[in-house]
Amino acid sequence: MEGRDATAVTVRPEAPGSPGRREGFGDLALAAASSKTFLTGAAILVFWVFMALFWGVVAPYDPQAVDPTASLAPPSGEHWFGTDNLGRDVLSRVLAGASSVLTVAPLGTALGMVGGIAVGLVTGYYRGRVDDVIMRVVDALLAFPLIIIAVLVLSVLGSSKVNVVLVIGVVFTPIVARTVRSAVLSEREREYVAAARLRGESGGYIMVSEILPNILSPIAVEATIRLGYAIFTSATLSFLSLGIQEPSPDWGLTISLGRVYLQAAPWVVVFPALALATLVVAVNLVADGLLQAVEE
Amino acid sequence: MSAANGRATVDVEGLSISYLRRRQPLRVIEDLTFSIRPGEAYGLVGESGCGKSTVAMALMRYLPQNAVVDAGRVTFAGDDLLGADGATLRRWRGSRMAMVYQDPASALNPSMRVGAQISEVYRQHRGMDGAAASKEAEAMLGKVRITDPGRILGRYPHELSGGQQQRVMIAMALSTDPELLVLDEPTTGLDATVEAEVLDLVEQLRSDFDTSILFISHNLGVVRRVCERVGVLYAGRLIEEGPSDELLREPRHPYTLGLLRCVPRRGMRKDALRLEPIPGSLPPLGADLPGCVYASRCPIARERCHVEPPPPYDTGDGRISRCHYHDEVPTIPPGEQQITPPPPSDGATLLKVEDLVKTYGTSGNSMQAVAGVSFEVRQGEVFGLVGESGSGKTSLARCLSGLVDASSGRATFEDHLDISAAEHRRNAELRRKLQMIFQNPDTSLNPRHSVRRILGRALLLLAGVKNRRERERRSLELASSVRLEPRHLQVRPSALSGGLKQRVAIARAFAGEPALVLCDEPVSALDVSVQAAILNLLLDVQAERKVSYLFISHDLNVVRYLADSIGVMYLGQLVDVGPARAVFDPPHHPYTEALVSAMTTLEDSGGSRPRIKLGGPMPSPSDPPSGCRFHTRCPRFLGDICRDEAPPWQRDGEGHQYRCHIRPGELSGLQRANGASPDEPQAATRRDHPPKENGRQG
Amino acid sequence: MGRFLLRRLWLSAITLLLVSVVLFVVAEVLPGDVGRTILGPFATNAQVAQLNQELGLDRPLPVRYADWLGNFVTGDWGQSFLLNTPVRSLVVERMVNSLLLGAFALAFIVPVSIGLGVLAALYRDRFIDRAISVTGLSLIALPEFVVGVIVLVIFAVELGWFPVSSQVPSANPVDVFRQFLMPSIPLMLVLFGYIARMARAGTVEALGSDYVRTAVLKGLSRRALIWRHVLRNALLPTISVVSVQVGYLFGGLVVIETLFNYPGIGKLLLDSAVGHDLPVLEASVLVVAVLYMLSNLVADSLYAVLNPRIRVGR
Repeated sequence: MEGRDATAVTVRPEAPGSPGRREGFGDLALAAASSKTFLTGAAILVFWVFMALFWGVVAPYDPQAVDPTASLAPPSGEHWFGTDNLGRDVLSRVLAGASSVLTVAPLGTALGMVGGIAVGLVTGYYRGRVDDVIMRVVDALLAFPLIIIAVLVLSVLGSSKVNVVLVIGVVFTPIVARTVRSAVLSEREREYVAAARLRGESGGYIMVSEILPNILSPIAVEATIRLGYAIFTSATLSFLSLGIQEPSPDWGLTISLGRVYLQAAPWVVVFPALALATLVVAVNLVADGLLQAVEE
Repeated sequence: MSAANGRATVDVEGLSISYLRRRQPLRVIEDLTFSIRPGEAYGLVGESGCGKSTVAMALMRYLPQNAVVDAGRVTFAGDDLLGADGATLRRWRGSRMAMVYQDPASALNPSMRVGAQISEVYRQHRGMDGAAASKEAEAMLGKVRITDPGRILGRYPHELSGGQQQRVMIAMALSTDPELLVLDEPTTGLDATVEAEVLDLVEQLRSDFDTSILFISHNLGVVRRVCERVGVLYAGRLIEEGPSDELLREPRHPYTLGLLRCVPRRGMRKDALRLEPIPGSLPPLGADLPGCVYASRCPIARERCHVEPPPPYDTGDGRISRCHYHDEVPTIPPGEQQITPPPPSDGATLLKVEDLVKTYGTSGNSMQAVAGVSFEVRQGEVFGLVGESGSGKTSLARCLSGLVDASSGRATFEDHLDISAAEHRRNAELRRKLQMIFQNPDTSLNPRHSVRRILGRALLLLAGVKNRRERERRSLELASSVRLEPRHLQVRPSALSGGLKQRVAIARAFAGEPALVLCDEPVSALDVSVQAAILNLLLDVQAERKVSYLFISHDLNVVRYLADSIGVMYLGQLVDVGPARAVFDPPHHPYTEALVSAMTTLEDSGGSRPRIKLGGPMPSPSDPPSGCRFHTRCPRFLGDICRDEAPPWQRDGEGHQYRCHIRPGELSGLQRANGASPDEPQAATRRDHPPKENGRQG
Repeated sequence: MGRFLLRRLWLSAITLLLVSVVLFVVAEVLPGDVGRTILGPFATNAQVAQLNQELGLDRPLPVRYADWLGNFVTGDWGQSFLLNTPVRSLVVERMVNSLLLGAFALAFIVPVSIGLGVLAALYRDRFIDRAISVTGLSLIALPEFVVGVIVLVIFAVELGWFPVSSQVPSANPVDVFRQFLMPSIPLMLVLFGYIARMARAGTVEALGSDYVRTAVLKGLSRRALIWRHVLRNALLPTISVVSVQVGYLFGGLVVIETLFNYPGIGKLLLDSAVGHDLPVLEASVLVVAVLYMLSNLVADSLYAVLNPRIRVGR
């Protein structure tokens, strides 16, 4: 490339004839689909979603089948990932383990997104006192690390799948609301909103039909980032024995219980750990791909 | 080291540049050849997207990463510029070549004191120590006529006004007496009076420094003031070049001629002359055009123009034109001179604003954006509202439109409708009758909605058209009334050009037969060739629908052309209001006088008239000066009376009134005494204009 | 600047007050009828009511809240149900332990992350950028317990270089490393991801700014350009990122201290939650919130001092 020299470390890419900011959801998907980061992440994610749905078909053994004769067997042709202390097949449990985390995390995320979008739209569009109060509450909630709130609430309410979903949803609501609100704040200054007000549109119409379609990109990015956190959190809660309970083959739970046999049978812990890592990395890759597409 | 006599400072030959987009090269500069002589100011003009900034960046060797130089040579004082290595470039930049560009606020480092930013240049290129560099920096600030340079040195950029920031940028650029100074739209975005100051400064500095200047602008008048020679860029091609006075007086390319005809000239009024827009639009970037790039929009294009690219014809006197039929250009007749008859006005008052106040913020930290404004808009007239940024004209429009509540005062519409309340308390009738057109059509149309939906929604709410089929029919009607075609209905705004988008916005405002349309800088975001079409459209629609406009603009040329009555705002107050001619010809209020004086028009070339200078920066609206709000900057400052007493309204009996201690007739006496006669600019135009324009002088 | 900080202080105070309300509601109100819970389903209503009265639970909620908060503010944090020790000394001691561990992790990783983030930005889209960015992205994603388990397996169990459970170290630097390195690695990896990412983003933005263009066109040397014009503006936002990470850190400590059996506030918090030791749980959460607010305040002050737009008021 000509016309540039070493001093110009990085130059703002001038974009003659560029379409400006990405407008459509379709454009966003198109741009993301051309990014390797996004595609890699999406492929891994699709793999685990498939497993979560169809592990029953793929898994070589029943993940709950106990075999006292083969306790803590190392990986072999028969048990690719070895067996755990009860002689259950680790590979089957890893494949089946995707379903619990991929139920809890997306549901929690969806709950948080719905709540956050509603709160963010209303506070961002109407501003004023309500906004001030809600944003203070949001700040207060954000002052706790997510895990600490979860620990607090689950210890009081008791741990169950439903409670984990609720906790994730409630904790995400203010975080999502903040993102949505800031998008709404900048969007509402655009003159098409003024024009809508001047022709007498209702607040509801303006929020849902005028503003919302224009902030779908940041919402999509936020949803993916949140999903990553939700997986992270639900696994951590399982690990802390506050989330999903036995005998689920959930990865966090398996790692927590398998710690005892770390020295003798590391495979019990290592394979679910790797599975969890690939899933969370995949979601983050998707988020990053989307983010790059939005910023482009 | 410095250029020998006769050798060009910059010599560009056959330069072609492309941008890579999705691995596709798109040609933005095609076979560009020009040179700048030592000490010469060369102007490069063109509309947005013509490639002028790319040229500037190429001369600084600072092209974006996706730019590729396909062909050509650029020499800087005899040395190859495109092949120069990093070390050489670092030695040249800031020392022998410098650049000033748009938006000085972002061009200065926000976390560094101004003094340090200037002295950095001396330390880098002159090897000075801190103390010496700082002394030089102070001296340099003095040379760009900054008051109190010692104090400015210790300031951060955000503490300076826009004009001061641009002076600092210029001081920094000239600090090492470079051979080449590139000015890329240096006054765009600045207020008219500040723009005038900066341009004055550039002119003055040209006599102090022996620098060659490349001056890039979209404004023909500005370029003419500063530059000896001008090149006109269109779609990446230099289509005409020559000495600026001659070229702008008698262009030899149809595009240049078109550009000149579509801006309102001094003294030009809507009832005498219609603006002539250039038909069509700029070819898309990278379009493969076998012939002349302008052929599709050219009034004299023939078969040959579409197939054979015109070479640079030498038309004599150092002029070049890339037009096969350049001889015919001077004879191109003005287009149809059909003047829109002004709508019959019964002179009834449509909008009456009384002592309107808009205060922002809380009691502890408040700002009065509109400080007691009263005026009337009559049926069928165009009321022009002018003023610089911070004058409160936009706040006033937001109050009247209902986007915000007025803090106090009254505004009545058609004698019976109170419009000082915000939009959600307005009734349907008022909403229908009072609509608004916004500045930027990119943001005033929802990018996610189709044109059909935008117009349909307006018809539903403003005209109450509930039936879908009926709405479709009315949408088509509405579209055609703003010269949009039916196919435009199904696309989203992003598929339309700026001019077409603004047409959609106009159509939307007219969905419910409004009586008053607030136009907030409706053409400022558009290129000049498109501006003319939109202004004509506004006048046509006005004639058809008998609507009144409250037309807000910072562009005095446009307001003068369009408005029947004019209000001038300063720091939240209306200081001058009345019939257009009474306000401007000649001005009676010193601020109006300064605004008129700051106008750059095509008619005057550099230094032909003394400019009225405003002292100091615009005071903050949150802490307005006592007495007359203008007294801190007033060139006609009388003394204590201006500081202590709010000025009275002076009336001339013909509906013109202004707020000043100087009585009617006195200002011209002051002007003569100061040697700045208001007659001078008029005299300068006399040769260009038919006698009837002068008749008013009497 | 004074006004800016005062406003921040005021906002923090309000936020803390809200935090205490949320905490009170979750810990004291959500569990429902405490008397019934203690006495079980077979107790009579009168018995339950009497116990509630003895515990002071029959009073109106605002009174209970004011009482509860008043005790905290005056330093009366109550007795631990489980350990039967005064809560205050217990929480303070554990907090100090956690701060030591957290400070170790931060002191180590913040400079490294910022350095690598800036490096990635300077070589944007080259190999080194890709490597740093993708590593950071993957590290953010790894839950602490996964990394913790893996380092435990390798360095403590297999190689035996480090203890399986960490203690509060002595002042000896070697011991500090021995005790802290393992538990802080999972924290550092996650922090690295965030901070490097933000430092990179800030630097990329500064590099594309108009003022850096001005600096390049002044012909400055690369060093002057980066140090004087890029870094200062680029790293300002990173300050607040680091302070937000302090909040995250406490969340991470819950997991890490449990895994490494380290006597810090995180482990105390989890133990008291599992053991329903309400006085300890409430005190721990409040202390964490106060510390988080404090770190934000410090960051805000630092930001104000370094940013002339705030320091030199309008």
